[in-house]
Amino acid sequence: MDAIILQILNGLDKGSAYALIALGLTLIFGTLGVVNFAHGALFMLGAFCAVTLNKLLSFSFETIDPTKTDFLGNPAKVKTAYVESWFGPDVGAAIIDWSVPLAILFSIPIMVGIGYVMERGLIKHFYKREHADQILVTFGLAIVIQELVKHYYGANPIQTPAPSAFRGSLDFGAMFGFDPNVIIYPYWRLVYFAFAAVVIGAVFAFLRFTTFGMVVRAGMADRETVGLLGINIDKRFTIMFGIAAAVAGLAGVMYAPINSPNYHMGMDFLVLSFVVVVVGGMGSLPGAVAAGFLLGILESFASMNEVKSLLPGIDQIIIYLVAIIILLTRPRGLLGRKGVMEE
Amino acid sequence: MLGLHSKDFKTLVIVAVLTMLAPFILNPFPSGSAMAQFNAGYPDLMQRFVIFGIFAIGFNILFGLTGYLSFGHAAFLGVGSYSAVWMFKLLSMNVIPGIILSVIVAGIFALIIGFISLRRTGIYFSILTLAFAQMSFNLAYSVLTPITNGETGLQLTLNDPRILGVSATESGGIPVTNFFGAEMRSTYELVVGGWDFQFNTGYYFCAMMLLLAFYLSIRIFRSPFGLMLRAIKANKTRLNYTGLNTRPYALAAFVISGMYAGLAGGLLASMDPLAGAERMQWTASGEVVLMTILGGAGTLIGPVVGAGFIKYFENIFSKINDSVLHGWFDFLPQGMENAAVWVTEHFVGPGWHLTLGLLFMLVVTFLPGGLVEGGQRLARLFRRKSGDKPDAASQSKPAE
Amino acid sequence: MSNTNFTRRGVLKTGAVAGAGLALPTYLSAASHSGYTNAPQGSTVTLGFNVPQTGPYADEGMDELRAYELAVEHLNGEGDGGMMSTFSSKALQGNGVLGKKVAYVTGDTQTKSDAARASAKSMIEKDGAIMISGGSSSGVAVAVQGLCQEAGIIFMAGLTHSNDTTGKDKKANGFRHFFNAYMSGAALAPVLAKQYGPDRKAYHLTADYTWGWTQQESIQAATEALGWQTVNNVLTPLAQTDFSSYIAPVLNSGADVLVLNHYGGNMVNSLTNAVQFGLRDKMVNGKQFEIVVPLYSELMAKGAGPNIKGILGSTNWSWTLQDEGTKAFVKSFGTKYGFPPSNAAQTCYAQTMLYADAAARAGSFNPCAIAEALEGFEFDGLGNGPTLYRADDHQCFKDVLVMKGKEDPANEHDLLEIVEVTPRAQVEYAPDHPMFAGGNLGTCNPGA
Repeated sequence: MDAIILQILNGLDKGSAYALIALGLTLIFGTLGVVNFAHGALFMLGAFCAVTLNKLLSFSFETIDPTKTDFLGNPAKVKTAYVESWFGPDVGAAIIDWSVPLAILFSIPIMVGIGYVMERGLIKHFYKREHADQILVTFGLAIVIQELVKHYYGANPIQTPAPSAFRGSLDFGAMFGFDPNVIIYPYWRLVYFAFAAVVIGAVFAFLRFTTFGMVVRAGMADRETVGLLGINIDKRFTIMFGIAAAVAGLAGVMYAPINSPNYHMGMDFLVLSFVVVVVGGMGSLPGAVAAGFLLGILESFASMNEVKSLLPGIDQIIIYLVAIIILLTRPRGLLGRKGVMEE
Repeated sequence: MLGLHSKDFKTLVIVAVLTMLAPFILNPFPSGSAMAQFNAGYPDLMQRFVIFGIFAIGFNILFGLTGYLSFGHAAFLGVGSYSAVWMFKLLSMNVIPGIILSVIVAGIFALIIGFISLRRTGIYFSILTLAFAQMSFNLAYSVLTPITNGETGLQLTLNDPRILGVSATESGGIPVTNFFGAEMRSTYELVVGGWDFQFNTGYYFCAMMLLLAFYLSIRIFRSPFGLMLRAIKANKTRLNYTGLNTRPYALAAFVISGMYAGLAGGLLASMDPLAGAERMQWTASGEVVLMTILGGAGTLIGPVVGAGFIKYFENIFSKINDSVLHGWFDFLPQGMENAAVWVTEHFVGPGWHLTLGLLFMLVVTFLPGGLVEGGQRLARLFRRKSGDKPDAASQSKPAE
Repeated sequence: MSNTNFTRRGVLKTGAVAGAGLALPTYLSAASHSGYTNAPQGSTVTLGFNVPQTGPYADEGMDELRAYELAVEHLNGEGDGGMMSTFSSKALQGNGVLGKKVAYVTGDTQTKSDAARASAKSMIEKDGAIMISGGSSSGVAVAVQGLCQEAGIIFMAGLTHSNDTTGKDKKANGFRHFFNAYMSGAALAPVLAKQYGPDRKAYHLTADYTWGWTQQESIQAATEALGWQTVNNVLTPLAQTDFSSYIAPVLNSGADVLVLNHYGGNMVNSLTNAVQFGLRDKMVNGKQFEIVVPLYSELMAKGAGPNIKGILGSTNWSWTLQDEGTKAFVKSFGTKYGFPPSNAAQTCYAQTMLYADAAARAGSFNPCAIAEALEGFEFDGLGNGPTLYRADDHQCFKDVLVMKGKEDPANEHDLLEIVEVTPRAQVEYAPDHPMFAGGNLGTCNPGA
């Protein structure tokens, strides 16, 4: 029982990451009809926003401390972060400690900007082109972004810790009458889940309750008619692209403390996020979210020892197996609309 | 000739001449010169050019004609390689049984996967093929290790049973792959002046296979069957309304292109008897998609050009390191030399991916029809300059 | 350095009759008269350094490449000579090898056996490389080693830790200086038993591929011999990035030690996840819960950050050692690049030196002569203490380091500290040990 509850928690946690990425991807892929292979790269850029802010805040000046020596035996240089010298060591250290949450604020304008530039500069010209061309150009873009990040940050993962207040884990089980230490779960992962829920809720609310959102939804359903009504749908779609980039970026920022970011983390998620979107059904935002959580939970269950001993290697293929079964039983995924990306 | 229109026949002849003379064409620079770095005329890379050419031609039969975008074609290449290596291990080092088996096994795999995946169209089809290929890759890497030798890749050993042939040669080595005695790895070297041309048996074997594959693909493109496939791409719904079931045709195209992939896999294993699981990874499937689009989907010659381009970057650009760059910019003053090296090193050596990524973006943005369109534009430009003679420079003109 | 140094074909030009065709039947561009593949002609000898330059291990590959460049510099008499002055064999003079200047070519393995073989082949066929070295994973090393055996080239393995490289996949033309999974287990287990007690229950997470399996098998055997129990061994997919669902059940399994048989990105992530789950703060069976990482690497320690504090593992070498060889190497590497070398860099440097020295002692670049010179070679001064290149399987035997994540690092490079230098005798094994059985060294192949 406790093992199952633990895996449900894990599934929800993994599912939040999948759902967030798939949500952004669906906004682009399922609505603008653009196969965006650079979406994983946007997720990665988000994580590197956190890394960059952490580095910026820790930006230091060097003083030579004659009492210590470095690895070559020369007098060691001691680094002091500027923020620490400006705000005093305590406040400075606290600011650095909170760099990941701070990066949320920092990343939103940056990611929206990147999304805007991407759409206006490149994607715009590919709306009417074949999907194959879109794949080629966005894949090329993804490689370029990746390589630039690799060039400046290296290929090694970069540790980006959560604020110390959120390190460690919560004894979840004890709150519900289980023995202590049976169901424990890291604070930051719980934060991630809550954060994902808020972002997903915000995107849905934005699309449902604002005029802007209403127009975009109308545009998704029938772009031509909305255009004929004299509404500049293109401009709104650009903004949607920016929002999608920001959602991917936020997913990345918050993911940084869970797994140390590296330059190819986007590619690791790329294939998976496409599977999630398609399983959810093309053009359906709730579908993408539902599929994200479904696959996350199933993946967690498949990695349980009891399941693995029954079916060795099942955790290697579960996502793909489920995708095949769903696509064969439900022709357009969970909640897909007819005619979207079916030609 | 050979049942081809004169234009297609001309294309075939040009391809034949180009592949036969590849050791010369790909080695334009004298070996000692600074430009020798860009020579691609050594056996391994030439073999890869034609083998991935075959893979891309096969992929194009499915994607270029029917428009079905498979994202799992590497799986067929992978099973082809495994089958061939197993044949070498168990039966004989002659490449023919290995290649035949790899084509058959890949065909069977394609039949099964195609039969299921073709129930869906568009992106749903793509994801189904992707899922099958990723499952094959993940299993080959882990659970199926007894068959695939996992991470290391399936290799020959000194203890292979090999019914027709020996486990080990007299000198204690593993016997080499051959075509009725002609060793795939034997190379003739021709030294002319500063140039050094290499003629490799394996390469010519692959080149013959490429010509065969290319000829078959022209025949398919021009056949009523090919026309039917194009009709599927143009308007599937309308075809269905006429009471025609398109699935058997699409399935046939899928199986044929899977067999092409199997042939490529078998040839890869014949040239170098090792089959690695990463041949089936989604990145490998993605690579053939990129090759086809980069060269020009739906054209006869495009996929081969695209395959050549990507393999060239992978093998040539990745080998240009710092000291090579310093060698090139030697003539500049110190400061400028360093600056030039600093700029260039972003794009070569560890940065070769960046060059490839930029190339993808540039080609698809400015040449919507792929590299073949670039060639056409050049040809047109050339024709206009040379007095607008009709049919003057129809070099490697695509058939579509 | 002018570009002509990088291929041996520059010299062919001079010997060739201008304009006249001259066909030579050869195999893999062997010079026909020398009796072995790619016999160096003219004034240079070309080595091929095949390391990952793209993909997750790119940084490790770059560090290996730095070591190779340094080694070539020292061989050619540039720089301060590094470990050449401390090396027990004095055959190298700093004037190249056998009077030939050392040139090199580089390639990208992409950490894929296919790409690695393609890259190695181009070095052999196009650049005329006489030796290939490198690799950052065992799959790649085994694949390239097989290729070199067939082509008649010496392969000096870089970082490869699987037992198979010198076990079931050993080859007469292949040599490994790096230690292996068995040695990690043999070195680590006594320290584990001493520090954590002989009565422990271990839970293994193992990367689901060949290296992971041999690592797990080795450490399980070594710890069980000292009284530990193995509660469970769970295989994790290589492509896994989030290990939460594998780590969550550990606490309730009754185990009090978690062994992470992971490397690279897998290890960084699984360790980070395990620390997130608070495993190290828990008491199980009345004992402090502990995590063990059998194979450490400096780069991965950096990636895992503070999570590695106090965690035990093993390495082949460490820049914090205090012998003369290590000091000389760290000084010359640190002066050139500004940071200390990793143990991957050290093994690559040592391999290059060992190859060059063997050629110098043998008086020939013939792979069979070099193999003979390396087999049974006893040496010292390359940082690992007295070392033997065993003839039976071409594996180096030397001390193994048990390392621990440092609690209070003095600087950003000072992440691991030495807990124990396990003497060579303790990690030795018979050539026919069951974990290494099933292979056949074969005979040396000079190609041509």
